[in-house]
Amino acid sequence: MTDLSVRIGGLTLPNPVMPASGTFAEGLAQAIDLNRLGALVTKTITRELRAGNPLPRVAEVAGGMLNAIGIPSKGVAYFRDVTLPLYRGWSPPLVVSISAPTAEGFAELAAEISLPGVAAIEANISCPNIEEDGRAFAMKPASTAIVVRQLRAATALPLWVKLTPNTGEIAEVAKAAEAEGADALVCANTILAMAIDPHSFKPRLGNLLGGLSGPAIKPIVLRQLYQCARAVRLPIIGCGGIMTALDAVEYLLAGAVAVQIGTATFLDSAAMPNIIDGLDRFCDARGLASVSELTGAIRHEETDEEDLSWLSPPT
Amino acid sequence: MTDTLARPPAFETQAAVLANDRVNGEYAHLVVACGQAAAAQPGQFYQLACPAPPGEAPFLRRPMSLYRADPAAGRVEFLYKVTGAGTRGLATLRPGEQLGLLGPLGTGFRLDPAARHIIAIGRGAGLATLGPLAEAARAAGIAITAILSARRPELVVSQARFAEQGARVITVTDSQANSGPSHVERLLRGLLAERRCDGFYTCGSARLLRVQQTLAREFSIPGQVALEQQMACGLGMCFCCVRDFNVGGTIIHKRVCWDGPVFDMLEALP
Ligand SMILES: Cc1cc2nc3c(=O)[nH]c(=O)nc-3n(C[C@H](O)[C@H](O)[C@H](O)COP(=O)(O)OP(=O)(O)OC[C@H]3O[C@@H](n4cnc5c(N)ncnc54)[C@H](O)[C@@H]3O)c2cc1C
Ligand SMILES: Cc1cc2nc3c(=O)[nH]c(=O)nc-3n(C[C@H](O)[C@H](O)[C@H](O)COP(=O)(O)O)c2cc1C
Repeated sequence: MTDLSVRIGGLTLPNPVMPASGTFAEGLAQAIDLNRLGALVTKTITRELRAGNPLPRVAEVAGGMLNAIGIPSKGVAYFRDVTLPLYRGWSPPLVVSISAPTAEGFAELAAEISLPGVAAIEANISCPNIEEDGRAFAMKPASTAIVVRQLRAATALPLWVKLTPNTGEIAEVAKAAEAEGADALVCANTILAMAIDPHSFKPRLGNLLGGLSGPAIKPIVLRQLYQCARAVRLPIIGCGGIMTALDAVEYLLAGAVAVQIGTATFLDSAAMPNIIDGLDRFCDARGLASVSELTGAIRHEETDEEDLSWLSPPT
Repeated sequence: MTDTLARPPAFETQAAVLANDRVNGEYAHLVVACGQAAAAQPGQFYQLACPAPPGEAPFLRRPMSLYRADPAAGRVEFLYKVTGAGTRGLATLRPGEQLGLLGPLGTGFRLDPAARHIIAIGRGAGLATLGPLAEAARAAGIAITAILSARRPELVVSQARFAEQGARVITVTDSQANSGPSHVERLLRGLLAERRCDGFYTCGSARLLRVQQTLAREFSIPGQVALEQQMACGLGMCFCCVRDFNVGGTIIHKRVCWDGPVFDMLEALP
């Protein structure tokens, strides 16, 4: 028996596997035991009621899927009166994902949902669909700093900041979030993408642009998590294309303390419990007492500078 | 959503293919053994992990209606139209092979015990979805008239099945030029005049849905429609499969996989 528990800031989770925001709801209880999960993470909620994007909202591509759901939200009152009481029926800590169009809006929402029964807030400052052209706070260190500062002042709950993979400066964005008081990072949201039907000449998503998720994005997001892990001391939760326990192990080795699973659950509702069992067996087979020993355990062989020089040519 | 804990479980399982045969140029009939997952109600569906056909790789699972369930034998049947990568993959399955599936899912048809006579109207793949009503209506002591629509007579499926259960079966086809909405409306008005309709059940045609909505309002008869929408999760989590519904004058989104696939006919917007 491996110790699967992990610490994320002030919060201890029974195991490092939880759903990714927007890919989970109470309906999963029809198929699996939610009490097995490390945490429960809600779909991103917003203060304003939103209907979401035009159809089609989903398109499949090689090794993944595009989505442009557009954060349909029933608002705060619905969350407080219906969603929150419902989730009290399950034991894993509840993480509430929030989003807003302004830093002030983020702060107000964070304060409003800092309620008993909420274990942590995940600030989705990265959702690529809601801002024009997919631009979001998490694209730049400066805009990240502003929103995280306001969020930090607004809530005493553990604050997780979800990054976007669509920035070229993810390590700097991570540092900005750390400097302004985030307790953890989630790396990352979907990659902005599109698909066109070559027969009809029409875009395959009603929203034209959407977010790519699934196995296709794993190598990219894994690289980004590694870059963040080298830049900050905050715990980082890996998220992007994890389908199996070995995928989760890769993220842990790159520096993650925990993982979130999204698209995999659409292909197999038991993906999360299977990954938990797989991590347990993996650690057992290697004689690891605790899963957290994997975090950042990537092995760097000693290399001469020249051997690596082609990777990043001198500027 | 508050009924979550009340819903019977959906099972994630590897089913064993027992048979998978073409029934005509477009449709195939799949029979699988899936144990407890076979406890399904008419109108419910399954998410099938379709195998990859040569040169294609369907990524998401495909929703398929229950065509027939035998819970005692742990057996479920599907009737599918070979359309794209997923169903082409399904068509490659041979007896003895495995098929990953999740189900039963969604809310199915409800039969009003007080009803004496219902009408089931389907077209195309919608005929598969309506199929289980044949036995369910009979078991509930409700007489049924089935109006089955297709492009050509050889594409009409479920005809024998409804007939076996004592249903009155009317087939209409494009090639016989009797499948248009106005002809079907005449048929329905005839049945209504004979008082043979305490409820409409439909799937597979927006035009036929509109005809029934008109008549349902005119004669104050309840109706249910099974709707389709492209899906990802099948469990009400991702909000990919929403459609618009008119609920008391307000247009709202509902999830086909979770709030349906069977909806109140009068709320549906074709
Ligand atoms: C609840 C439900 C029950 C269904 N039951 C049956 C059934 O019993 N028999 C049957 O033959 N089909 C049924 N369908 C439709 C079936 O799921 C789709 O035709 C299937 O996804 C096609 O997959 P494919 O890969 O073969 O084709 P694809 O290449 O995925 O699709 C072919 C075309 O159909 C469109 N499409 C894909 N999925 C859907 C969908 N779910 N609804 C509408 N359009 C779609 C695509 O955009 C494309 O234009 C059902 C759908 C739903 C939602
Ligand atoms: C259908 C769908 C809806 C999503 N909705 C949200 C959301 O509301 N908030 C959010 O932060 N991320 C959302 N995401 C992104 C996921 O949380 C996750 O970051 C991404 O899918 C990558 O993980 P995966 O490859 O395991 O799916 C959504 C993803 C999908 C596929």
